[in-house]
Amino acid sequence: MKKKLRILIAKPGLDGHDRGAKVVARALRDAGFEVIYTGLHQTPEMIAEAAIQEDVDAVGLSILSGAHMTLFPEVMRLLKEKGADDILVFGGGIIPKEDMEVLYRMGCGQLFGPGTPTQEIVDYLKEKFPDRV
Amino acid sequence: MSGLTTKELLERFRVGDRRACAQIISFVENGAPEATLLLDELYPMMGRAYRIGVTGPPGAGKSTLVEKLAMECRRQGKKVGIVAVDPSSPFSGGAVLGDRVRMSSLFTDPEVYIRSMATRGSLGGLAGRTKEVCDILDAFGKDFIIVETVGVGQMELDIAEAADSTVVVLVPESGDAIQTLKAGLMEIGEVYCVNKSDREGADRMVMEIGTMLEMRAKNDGWMPPVVKTVATTGKGVEELFNKILAHRRYLEESNRLSERRRKVIRNEIERIIEERLREVFYHQPGVRKRLEEMVSDVEQRKVSPYQVADMLWKMYFGNEQRRV
Ligand code: B12
Ligand SMILES: Nc1nc2c(ncn2[C@@H]2O[C@H](COP(=O)(O)OP(=O)(O)OP(=O)(O)O)[C@@H](O)[C@H]2O)c(=O)[nH]1
Ligand SMILES: [Mg+2]
Repeated sequence: MKKKLRILIAKPGLDGHDRGAKVVARALRDAGFEVIYTGLHQTPEMIAEAAIQEDVDAVGLSILSGAHMTLFPEVMRLLKEKGADDILVFGGGIIPKEDMEVLYRMGCGQLFGPGTPTQEIVDYLKEKFPDRV
Repeated sequence: MSGLTTKELLERFRVGDRRACAQIISFVENGAPEATLLLDELYPMMGRAYRIGVTGPPGAGKSTLVEKLAMECRRQGKKVGIVAVDPSSPFSGGAVLGDRVRMSSLFTDPEVYIRSMATRGSLGGLAGRTKEVCDILDAFGKDFIIVETVGVGQMELDIAEAADSTVVVLVPESGDAIQTLKAGLMEIGEVYCVNKSDREGADRMVMEIGTMLEMRAKNDGWMPPVVKTVATTGKGVEELFNKILAHRRYLEESNRLSERRRKVIRNEIERIIEERLREVFYHQPGVRKRLEEMVSDVEQRKVSPYQVADMLWKMYFGNEQRRV
């Protein structure tokens, strides 16, 4: 029996733009995944801890506030500190190309900008986790 | 940490490693081959936690209330496990589990463990393995385990068996619905809560529930209290928690707690045996195939389903009686 893909979708920081996160959460549900949505204003510590307790395969961060260069690395650092750096961190929002490149080099998963068809996100996760449903 | 043996996993679990706990829960939730062994190993550590079920219609404020109840437990120095169940989509099989949104103040408390579960096709308001997940959190050392069901109507009442005390959460506007709720939610509550009592109509609702409960066939010495709360501010939550503790005392002093738990254990053993029997039966060589072949005969009314069942039964059990 294949294990269900579990994804945490979180909005870190003071960013109040939650449409994208909700659109992505719904698309992943419709693709058959289990999505844990934790709502707005999460600290990296809250996100890392929730990811562990929920035993998710991946954490998707939605950031439109410009704070991505601190928030992505911080979540990744905390997961590593807790011995959980096998959990994939990926995400989307308003993130300039140059910043994406830097984050990729730090080990961040795929980042998706405005206008991305949600199917692209679903396909990415299916490819990343072929042994999940 | 994905490559751990079950032995290593259990060792880490025993020293309070939350990731190990999370992974054991996943094994059990997914019905993995390791699940039975893991549960067997943890069994001696279970049975200490007190289980509180929180149920009620969609949007009544269950999650918000669970957060505040957990805070009340923490104030009293107790460790808390929370299992929050949300429905899976019947179309995609996926789910958005959103109960955590209302519980964020608990996320970084190391003595609180929250797990979201999808129903995955179960219809009773809980997920198929909710009880086992509670068992694991029990073994993990939690003093209280709070289970939030999906937003229920009148049929989803599995919580009554899974919890020691069942709290039914209603709102002032539930008045019109209360007549239809009678068959279900009005039967299983041991503590009633009128949440959102900052809104109009709360007192009337309290009275209506009270009247309803007086008419309820009483088979033991507990009259369910009705408490007003405002979950968003925490008002009334201490009283609610005290009523739950009073119910616990009642169960313990009247010996009903152990009676109930024995009943649950009995049901569980029976369920396991039934599952195995079913599995063994259908795994008998030829049974599935023969059943399939007989379907058209039944369809054409040559034989009845009972006769087919008799025939399949004999293939396995010989000539022993089917009807007892
Ligand atoms: C709608 C909107 C708002 C709404 C938000 C409503 C809400 N509840 O979400 C309101 C009016 C409240 C708002 C307020 C503000 N906004 Co505004 N807003 C927008 C706007 C126009 C659209 C955002 C949106 O909802 N898009 C639709 C969704 C579906 O798309 P999306 O979020 O981009 O998501 C897609 C991808 O990014 C990706 N994705 C996103 N998240 C995730 C997560 C994962 C895991 C994955 C895989 C993918 C993914 O997939 C999605 C699907 O394709 C954008 C401009 C723009 N074109 O993006 C500005 C924008 C984001 N806002 C901006 C600003 C500055 C603000 C304010 C600070 C304005 C102010 N001065 O008051 C406030 C701040 C509010 C706050 N508390 O944070 C700036 C941000 C600038 C920056 N980052 O450098 C933008 C870019 C406008 C601009 N060009 O200046 N805003
Ligand atoms: N006015 C008022 N609003 C409340 C109260 N309690 C909860 N709410 C709000 O009611 C909404 C639903 O609350 P939840 O706690 O998510 O309700 P729920 O019963 O868990 O919902 P489901 O899990 O979706 O069935 C939220 O917007 C809460 O803020 C209350 O006492 N008063
Ligand atoms: Mg809820």
